[in-house]
Amino acid sequence: MAIETAADYTLAELMTVQASREIKDGEVIFVGIGLPNLACNLARATHAPNLVLIYESGAVGAVPDRVPPSIGDPALVTGSLMVCGMSDVFQLILQNGKIQVGFLGGAQLDRYGNINTTVVGPYKAPKVRLPGSGGACEIAIHAQRVLIVMKLSKRTFLEKVDYITSPGTRPRGAERGGVAVPGRGPTKVITDMGILEPDAKTGELVLTAIYPGVTVDKVRENIGWPLAVAEPLGGVDLPSAAEIRLLREKLDPQRLHIK
Amino acid sequence: MSGKLLSMKEAVARFVHDGDTAVIEGFTHLICFAAGHEIIRQGRKGLTLARLTPDLIYDQMIAAGCAKKLIFSWAGNPGIGSLHAFRRAVEAQPPRLEIEEYSHFGMVARMAAGAANLPFWPMRNYTGADIPSSNPLIKTVACPYTGEKLATVPGLRPDVTIIHAQRADASGNTQIWGLMGVQKEAAFASKRVIVAVEEIVDEAVIRSDPNRTLIPGFQVDAVVHEPWGAHPSYAQGYYDRDNDFYVKWDGIARDEASLASYLNEFVHGVKDRAEYMAKNAALAGRLKAKPSVCAGVDYGY
Repeated sequence: MAIETAADYTLAELMTVQASREIKDGEVIFVGIGLPNLACNLARATHAPNLVLIYESGAVGAVPDRVPPSIGDPALVTGSLMVCGMSDVFQLILQNGKIQVGFLGGAQLDRYGNINTTVVGPYKAPKVRLPGSGGACEIAIHAQRVLIVMKLSKRTFLEKVDYITSPGTRPRGAERGGVAVPGRGPTKVITDMGILEPDAKTGELVLTAIYPGVTVDKVRENIGWPLAVAEPLGGVDLPSAAEIRLLREKLDPQRLHIK
Repeated sequence: MSGKLLSMKEAVARFVHDGDTAVIEGFTHLICFAAGHEIIRQGRKGLTLARLTPDLIYDQMIAAGCAKKLIFSWAGNPGIGSLHAFRRAVEAQPPRLEIEEYSHFGMVARMAAGAANLPFWPMRNYTGADIPSSNPLIKTVACPYTGEKLATVPGLRPDVTIIHAQRADASGNTQIWGLMGVQKEAAFASKRVIVAVEEIVDEAVIRSDPNRTLIPGFQVDAVVHEPWGAHPSYAQGYYDRDNDFYVKWDGIARDEASLASYLNEFVHGVKDRAEYMAKNAALAGRLKAKPSVCAGVDYGY
């Protein structure tokens, strides 16, 4: 049976749907705040009911009945499979290689998928002081694959980031894995205009899929490095009516996450 | 009775000193705002404040001038944005607050080392990140068995740690359920420990469910009965997180004057948590938890 395609959707909704579709049923996922949270809960409500959502706060197999405004929300505890201390989360689960997918976002991202969530400007004389790593650095290092969800903009997609909080494919020009780095690093960057993936040889992010109605020029206008485009350039499947309805009516009715 | 039962005022007066390294832990859950407010009221100065997520409580203590230094791993208002008092202090030139920054794993490892009475903790982390270059305390060590290069962080030994919990007995045997953050490690790492609880219960209640105990009484110096002491954070099974207040704080803290008037009204303007709750009369109705009681287990043999 054909799936009914949504009649209208925004690019931010399309981005969330794309992120959710990257998740396979049954995977063990380290969930972050904001759009990743929404994408994971959308996946759980649609094609991936057996996801194991793990929050750094210690909730394992969480089944929140509201979209948690913080990663330490009480709704993550009620009905979850396990609640453990954060020492267990980072050591027994993350460092021990149990996380299949980690989600990251950030204030700045460079052409190698290095992410800055620490500071704009010099570390010791910040122009804007951002929150810092949280668990992002170790997620980037340990998750088997890292999905990055960020809106495209020339202010955030930069040739070079001011600070590497979470290492990408070529941190500081070095090969990933100079010291045992178990994860594969960023495998996809899901934006509101298209999807970038690292080139297998160079590690540089390349445009591999573009959303309907968006041009390559438009993507390039919003990116701070000379962007390479895959041949052939792919597209994406449109959101289904059910996905958009879930996002609007159930998961984010107040538009807290999709702005 | 062990003589550990104190008011928050007495506990802070006795166990929190100027210049201390102080930890008020709790990851989103069970953050003891009542203790932070009392520390502000008593005018403590020169504190090194450590915690994974400084949260609103350290933003308030930084604004109130209690802190000399902050040790942390994520300084934001969860899901909202910035901690504005923190930002003003670190963005100032020269900065008004010293910082020592890790990732969450790094902070967890510092607490774990302190709690285990070890000088450092090894971890596979920080490869390719700039965090070690802005914090020279993050070092590396070669594994003596395999030669593998591992990142290390130094153990943290706070002078005082304050933990909020659902319940404890008068000796300080403390039970927590829901998110446990690093409370256990922080308490065991610390020279002095204050526990604030929603309920004081009989020792028999603790003994009926010993797996629920996170911190044994011998590790605890003071027990404070402080209902709603975690608001606007939350206590699972007692009250929900006040997400509206976290949103409101963004507006309050953006401006130094409005932040100061908040502190004047809700911290300096009340003598304790009971008065704070009386001032926020609608809270209990809005945030009281709906029950979700567990089935319990059989400890028989």
